[in-house]
Amino acid sequence: MNDIEKPEKGNQIIEEAAQAEYKYGFVTDIETEVIPKGLDEDVVRRISALKGEPEWLLEFRLKAYRHWLTLKAPTWGHVHVPEIDFQDISYYAAPRKRKAGEQKEMDPELKKTFDKLGIPLEEQLRLSGMAVDAVMDSVSVKTTYRERLAELGVIFCSMSEAVKDYPDLVRKYLGKVVPYTDNFYAALNSAVFSDGSFVYIPKGVRCPMELSTYFRINAAQTGQFERTLIVADDEAYVSYLEGCTAPMRDENQLHAAIVEIIVEDRAEVKYSTVQNWYPGDKDGKGGIYNLVTKRALCRGDHSKVSWTQVETGSAITWKYPSCVLKGDHSVGEFYSVALTNNWQEADTGTKMIHLGKHSTSTIVSKGISAGHSQNSYRGMVKIAPKATGCRNFTQCDSLLLSDTSGAHTFPVIEVGNDTSVVEHEATTSKINEDQIFYCNQRGISTEDAVGLIVNGYAKEVMAKLPMEFAVEAQKLLSVSLEGAVG
Amino acid sequence: MNALQQYIDLYDESREVFEQQSPDLLNALRREARELLQVARLPRKGSEDYEATDLESVFAHDYGVNVNRLPFDVDPENTFHCDVPNMSTCLYYSSNDAFHSSATAERNIGKVVVEPFCMAVDDYPELMKAYYGKLARMSDPTVALNTLLVQDGLFIYVPDGVVAERPIQLVNIFNAALDMMVQRRLLIVVGKNASLKLLACDHTQSPDYQYLNNQVIEIVALEGSTLDFYDMEESTPLTRRVSSIYVDQREGSNVLIDGITLINGFTRNNYHVEVNGEHAETHLLGMTIASGEQHVDSHTFISHNAPRCNSNEMFKYVLNDNAVGAFAGKILVKPNCPRVEAYQGNRNLCGAPTAKMYTKPQLEIYTDDVMCSHGSAVGQLDEEALFYMRTRGIGIAEARRLLMQAFVADVIDGVRLDALRDRLHYLVEKRFAGTLSNCAGCMAACKKNQE
Repeated sequence: MNDIEKPEKGNQIIEEAAQAEYKYGFVTDIETEVIPKGLDEDVVRRISALKGEPEWLLEFRLKAYRHWLTLKAPTWGHVHVPEIDFQDISYYAAPRKRKAGEQKEMDPELKKTFDKLGIPLEEQLRLSGMAVDAVMDSVSVKTTYRERLAELGVIFCSMSEAVKDYPDLVRKYLGKVVPYTDNFYAALNSAVFSDGSFVYIPKGVRCPMELSTYFRINAAQTGQFERTLIVADDEAYVSYLEGCTAPMRDENQLHAAIVEIIVEDRAEVKYSTVQNWYPGDKDGKGGIYNLVTKRALCRGDHSKVSWTQVETGSAITWKYPSCVLKGDHSVGEFYSVALTNNWQEADTGTKMIHLGKHSTSTIVSKGISAGHSQNSYRGMVKIAPKATGCRNFTQCDSLLLSDTSGAHTFPVIEVGNDTSVVEHEATTSKINEDQIFYCNQRGISTEDAVGLIVNGYAKEVMAKLPMEFAVEAQKLLSVSLEGAVG
Repeated sequence: MNALQQYIDLYDESREVFEQQSPDLLNALRREARELLQVARLPRKGSEDYEATDLESVFAHDYGVNVNRLPFDVDPENTFHCDVPNMSTCLYYSSNDAFHSSATAERNIGKVVVEPFCMAVDDYPELMKAYYGKLARMSDPTVALNTLLVQDGLFIYVPDGVVAERPIQLVNIFNAALDMMVQRRLLIVVGKNASLKLLACDHTQSPDYQYLNNQVIEIVALEGSTLDFYDMEESTPLTRRVSSIYVDQREGSNVLIDGITLINGFTRNNYHVEVNGEHAETHLLGMTIASGEQHVDSHTFISHNAPRCNSNEMFKYVLNDNAVGAFAGKILVKPNCPRVEAYQGNRNLCGAPTAKMYTKPQLEIYTDDVMCSHGSAVGQLDEEALFYMRTRGIGIAEARRLLMQAFVADVIDGVRLDALRDRLHYLVEKRFAGTLSNCAGCMAACKKNQE
């Protein structure tokens, strides 16, 4: 190797990286309506009443709550979720509404927040060409471009509005992909879910712009339990983006969301996430527990779902965006980059359940672990006996940037017939010293070289992100990674 | 239902008989096993690490247990004249769970020790005490059950620096006119810079009865030692086997374990390897050819506890008819173990619409300077290769057979004994051709066969 000072430099870079500020860690000083901490049937009823929900939805919540009481928090993940006191969380927090007459205007503080985050809430910013639903704590504060989308018949609004305006649609699809009995956190979410986005793309419509939701946790000692439902009818197409941030706090906050996607014949949904919840400080203090259930049902023939995620935030991530490939010739894709630093823990991956004939799926997962973090890929590919002619390819690579971090893969493969082909490969290694040496030789500093190599390593996934997000994601990667050379 | 209860009851009723007939060393561990079994439950299908395998139902059958160690009327010397062509071995038999040696065993006298536990506890008390029951983990209920009911076992010891000239061959025969469960137990200690090649094969003489072999093998490979262990199963569709192999590898040791399943009913193989020394090398190979209702489940765990050691795993399955195959493998690299190289491969051919394969390759890595990978694939024979062969005038059945043989060839090529490798190629060929009968398939050529 070329230089003796390298280890020293490595240390210095690590220090810099450790000190790198979480850019979105500010708190917005805004009046918030928070219901008292604790969870019981009355709280569930109160949330439902606050949102003015119909009787059937309250029933749904209560059933979910009663089921939740019978469940225990899962412990199988390769993450250390401390025992969460569910009575010590407030389940509803909303930026307080202004008096009548002022309602149309957004609170300037709120607007400032989203401006700071770079979310174009003002429709004048047409250049950005993206429809945004912004969710602060428990409620959706603003949805842009609604009218223009409505001309095409596309419904894009907050879940609470959808419940009021399109109750039949919501009732038809809610809980059909992720039933409240699915798991512990799904049951909790079904009982107390607050807001989220509802998207319906009618038959044959290709949504002309990217739809996007920005989630922000602002209030302290609250949890966020949003619920998103996307329905793409026959031959429809939509690309949906999701971004999230939270203030820096010493306490841990819980985020337990559900995303349900239903894709009908020949329709396609592209779901991209850049997850940047507050990851905690360099000693692992604070941060968001991101425990979410995401699932897509490819119900129609030739339907397609594509999950792309860049996970850089959260103290703990427990998330498996999955595809149930029920339609013949349906396609499921999962592209993921998960980066963990300091004391973060991520256990993420996907499930591809092949039920339809000739369905295909692709999984590309790239894990990067630095600091003392633990990064796991957990996945399942299941081919049902009647799903003949299916194809799966899985690749999961792990890159270790420090000798105190860990990278793990736990895939499960079940093949029930003789005409399907399933392939899985995984590798774990550290950054190639020869590559760094080569870059050094050409005058590229070690830090930049690591950035280059990691970006190249994650490129396959980044290329799947929509433009607007790709830029943000790349920046995020370099910020989170800054010189985490082991 | 708790399938273990019948065995616990049996033990409670006959505790004195068990204790009278066994060395104190074996009795000493029974109490702990008894306590653990009281609260243990056998895993059901679908539980962690048992995705495809239901042990509860395997043990639930009412098997006979030879508590009084009645001798069975068998003369292995005459029934089996086992020998691999072109290879001379030292032959030992176990009929059910009682051990016998043959005339050829004399060849190793003075060099390699092969003794039943009841003799070894007197001849080598320190070794027995130091290693018996130390590796096997009783948290696994099948190991605890073996420890509770075992009455004798086989102790194989290669003293420091001794290179066993001839391979040791152990032929395990099930032979009883009733349904029966046996607890086989082996303790293998390979001394410093010593070397041993061991062949074991499992057979069943009476195909009409249900047998269960619940075996535990503990292997200690001391510094610089080499051990080749070839474990072949070639029994009957009514024979079940739960085998747990525990290995402790020290610095510079080299251990190869090759598990081959040609004909069986139900098999669960557990391999648990602790690599405790630098520059140690582990090779785990597995080959399964299953058809009918055969069920083969292999579970491997290799823990790299030291820097600069490496491991290599390759398991191949060929499944036809209603056969079920399962493979789960985990590689663990502990913190501060740099320069570990670990590779794991699992390749499977599903040859029938009703054949099922479950696979779960896992990596758990806590050190950055390592090279680890795993690959797993489930698929079919290459259509183009089949087509090519057919254009050359080879019939479809023959072409398939040739490709399947080629598919498993690299596992067989991992065998480090030329004569055995040739023999295995021959047996696999016969297996695919469907002409492998129970007896003919013995790794050793049987007297009956030669006639």
